[in-house]
Amino acid sequence: MGIRQTLDNLEPHFHKGGKYEKFYPLYEAVDTIFYSPPSVTKTTAHVRDGIDLKRIMITVWACTFPAMFFGMWNAGWQANMAIAEGYGSMDGWREAITMLLAGGHNVDSVWANFVLGATYFLPIYLVTFVVGGFWEVLFAVKRGHEVNEGFFVTSVLYALILPATIPLWQVALGITFGVVIGKEIFGGTGKNFLNPALTGRAFLYFAYPAQISGDAVWVTADGYTGATPLSVAYQDGMAELMGQWSWWDAFLGYIPGSIGETSTLAIFIGAAVLLWTKIASWRIMLGVFLGMVATSALFNLAGSDTNPMFAMPWYWHLVIGGFAFGMVFMATDPVSASMTNPGRLVFGILIGVMTVLIRVVNPAFPEGIMLAILFANLFAPLIDHFFVQANIKRRLKRTGELAEENA
Amino acid sequence: MEHYLSLFVASVFVENMALAFFLGMCTFLAISKKISSAFGLGIAVIAVLAITVPVNNLILTYLLEEGALSWTGLAGAENIDLSFLGYLSYIGVIAAIVQIMEMILDKFVPVLYNALGVFLPLITVNCAILGAVLFMAERNYQFGESVVYGVGAGVGWALAITALAGIREKLKYSDVPAGLQGLGITFITVGLMSLGFMSFSGIQL
Repeated sequence: MGIRQTLDNLEPHFHKGGKYEKFYPLYEAVDTIFYSPPSVTKTTAHVRDGIDLKRIMITVWACTFPAMFFGMWNAGWQANMAIAEGYGSMDGWREAITMLLAGGHNVDSVWANFVLGATYFLPIYLVTFVVGGFWEVLFAVKRGHEVNEGFFVTSVLYALILPATIPLWQVALGITFGVVIGKEIFGGTGKNFLNPALTGRAFLYFAYPAQISGDAVWVTADGYTGATPLSVAYQDGMAELMGQWSWWDAFLGYIPGSIGETSTLAIFIGAAVLLWTKIASWRIMLGVFLGMVATSALFNLAGSDTNPMFAMPWYWHLVIGGFAFGMVFMATDPVSASMTNPGRLVFGILIGVMTVLIRVVNPAFPEGIMLAILFANLFAPLIDHFFVQANIKRRLKRTGELAEENA
Repeated sequence: MEHYLSLFVASVFVENMALAFFLGMCTFLAISKKISSAFGLGIAVIAVLAITVPVNNLILTYLLEEGALSWTGLAGAENIDLSFLGYLSYIGVIAAIVQIMEMILDKFVPVLYNALGVFLPLITVNCAILGAVLFMAERNYQFGESVVYGVGAGVGWALAITALAGIREKLKYSDVPAGLQGLGITFITVGLMSLGFMSFSGIQL
């Protein structure tokens, strides 16, 4: 109980009148990371549940680990392959660390790939965490609310949907926008209406398109350009796509892309846990999936001579780009998604439809899921409103005059 | 048919009056506190746009454009160019139509009249209406196109204001800093909504 003792000894300083009264949220955050909160309900209306907000957030965070570790390996593997082809490595401190820990750019060594990828991902994550955490704590201290574990989720999701080569100052700028404008300005966790991680990414996407989209940003080798499967399919068609990667490559994740989004398998492992623990809504995931399948089938049927994306079947849509990641981790964000059960299904379908629509029809953006989720977030409260109203009407009808008398 | 369909989709989503052009902001921000009233206003805007844009199209084609008066058969009519009267005629026509519509609704469909209430006279001066008419004139839409465009622009605006009202109803439970409460946070909300609608920018239909 060493930690408990230390925390208890420190506690008086943080209470009203104490030395560090202002930093109480910080103390509270540290305390609740190690121990469950001491405050309990004293009056009636209890819900006994082993799972609280904190545990939910930590579980989601842990569920991104397969995608995160695979992403680090894949980022390194892609880079080492390019280096083996004769491209120069990016010099600097990353190279020094790689040399120190792995001793070279050996494509066949899992460790070398992993270390190289980690030298890109970990700084991104660290910057996200420090800068985003700074805003989170600043707002918590200033406005007197708690520092919430939701930030763990936001930061890891945000870091995973960035390309490995992104400049770190842009990472800082993006997470600042996401946390401050996307969340804190509305009062913090649970009070925003957009997914903060996506808000930050969309901000970067429109502000600095050169560093977050295109062909040159995905692989961390000097001067190397390689398109993501999505843009290959968009520019050269399905035949070219299948010539470069097999479906299994894409499913397992041996493709270039944002760090965490490449391996559909690793994401599905996380999804299985999320669904099993009932943290993520299966209705949303199902909705996204159905919307995507239906829309892509519609485009397959319609066909087009000029736009090769029309011909992409649903099982390819599923495995390339950020579709799986968005479906599992982003769309299911309980704050910005719809809250009613039928509403969740509609919300998911809207995302699925919009994703394929943007991917196929909009030449400006090869990737659609992130924008589609933001778009659906806008309509989530409205969808809920209609289902709630319908419910009220149905109940009124069932109970008839009684309800009117009461009203 | 396909042309009309893509024009409709473009006017609803890609060129959304409220979130891509930021037109009609005053009513957009003022009447978006409750979903029901936002929805009513949205319907009113759809109705007004669906009528005024085609009517102004006719006025432009048969009265104002250069040579538009040649159907009268007057000597030299093909040289008459009244397009400098554009703004004046458009806004006058909009005001007149809204007034007439109000009277007709009051007389024959009082239920709808009561539902729309104060919104009808209010949107006479809504810049989204004049904006749509001016876009119609600038892009030289045919009559059929102007009908589709009018309805589409209205639907897009109605969609945007209803979504904003939904979000604002949800934001009632938020804890917005004192300095930003009210219009301030609404402006930020609209900006973020516009970010969401950016997903359509660049679509060529």
